[in-house]
Amino acid sequence: MQADEGRVEEGRVEEGWTVAGRHFRSRLIVGTGRYKDLPETKAAIEASGAEIVTVAVRRVNLSDASQPMLQDFVSPDRFTYLPNTAGCFTAQDAVRTLRLAREAGGWNLVKLEVLGPPPFLYPDMAATFEAAAALLADGFEVMVYCADDPVAAKRLEEMGCVAIMPLGAPIGSGLGVANPFMIKAIIAQARVPVLVDAGIGTASDAALAMELGCDAVLLNSAIAHARDPVRMARAMKAAVEAGRDAFLAGRMPRSTAADPSSPTSGLIR
Amino acid sequence: MTQTEAQQINAQIDAGQIAVEVNGERRQVPQGASVAELLGLIGLAAPKVAVERNLEIVPRSAWATTPLAEGDRLEIVHFIGGG
Repeated sequence: MQADEGRVEEGRVEEGWTVAGRHFRSRLIVGTGRYKDLPETKAAIEASGAEIVTVAVRRVNLSDASQPMLQDFVSPDRFTYLPNTAGCFTAQDAVRTLRLAREAGGWNLVKLEVLGPPPFLYPDMAATFEAAAALLADGFEVMVYCADDPVAAKRLEEMGCVAIMPLGAPIGSGLGVANPFMIKAIIAQARVPVLVDAGIGTASDAALAMELGCDAVLLNSAIAHARDPVRMARAMKAAVEAGRDAFLAGRMPRSTAADPSSPTSGLIR
Repeated sequence: MTQTEAQQINAQIDAGQIAVEVNGERRQVPQGASVAELLGLIGLAAPKVAVERNLEIVPRSAWATTPLAEGDRLEIVHFIGGG
């Protein structure tokens, strides 16, 4: 009886996760790009339950400085803005972008991504290391988008990055987690949070990433490019929670033979 | 600098204007204008933007005291939706 109560209690534990000393309940980080308009962005983000949103740094439109801004719809007081370096193909551009982001918003917690050329936009790891070193030396807390490479992931952690974010599949591809074994290998050795970032296409992909033991999932297109973004945002919220619970619960072993669930004794004859 | 360009610049200076580049666009601003005045001219009164002048960040606290010079290259950025 005692043990059973304990188990029930365990199932209720509200855990959340911590990155760079900041605690979050939601394990879903969502991007704010590619939506039809800002009201849709706002509705989808609210439905996702995310507490952290990624944002891009871009030139102000000089011809119409009064146009509506993201901040008017997704308040930085309510959501943690995670500035990214999307579109940066060199370490220099990435560092320059995040210094501007820090000045604009005052945030040290950033997402570093330095991309290789199309069509894959695969992380350029040499440039990522270079940019990470510069940013860490400059006092940034770096969550880093990287290849699903356990050696590179460990090195980024040792340099001082606060979260390791290997891609599931290329950005915006919706292919899911292409190499779950490498993601698992990265998680197994990591002492900082590991997030699958990029590639998630639908709810089951997000659940799978969480079942592998990720601390959180970062996605954008899977919601923004769904036919009904708000509904997909809700699905992602549920998928991340389900995946986390399944990971903690521990899946049953796989078997090639059947093992009936109903008692085999007491059958009528 | 060609002679024509030099003449143009001299004419601007005579008219009390200097040319700067803002987000890749050439703009005339009054001579002696500060970064804060430039933001005012563009219509960015109290926004969450960051300013870079010739590859160096101009902190918010220095906007009013940083004068623009002929040929300055400025980047004015803000946050937009992104993944």
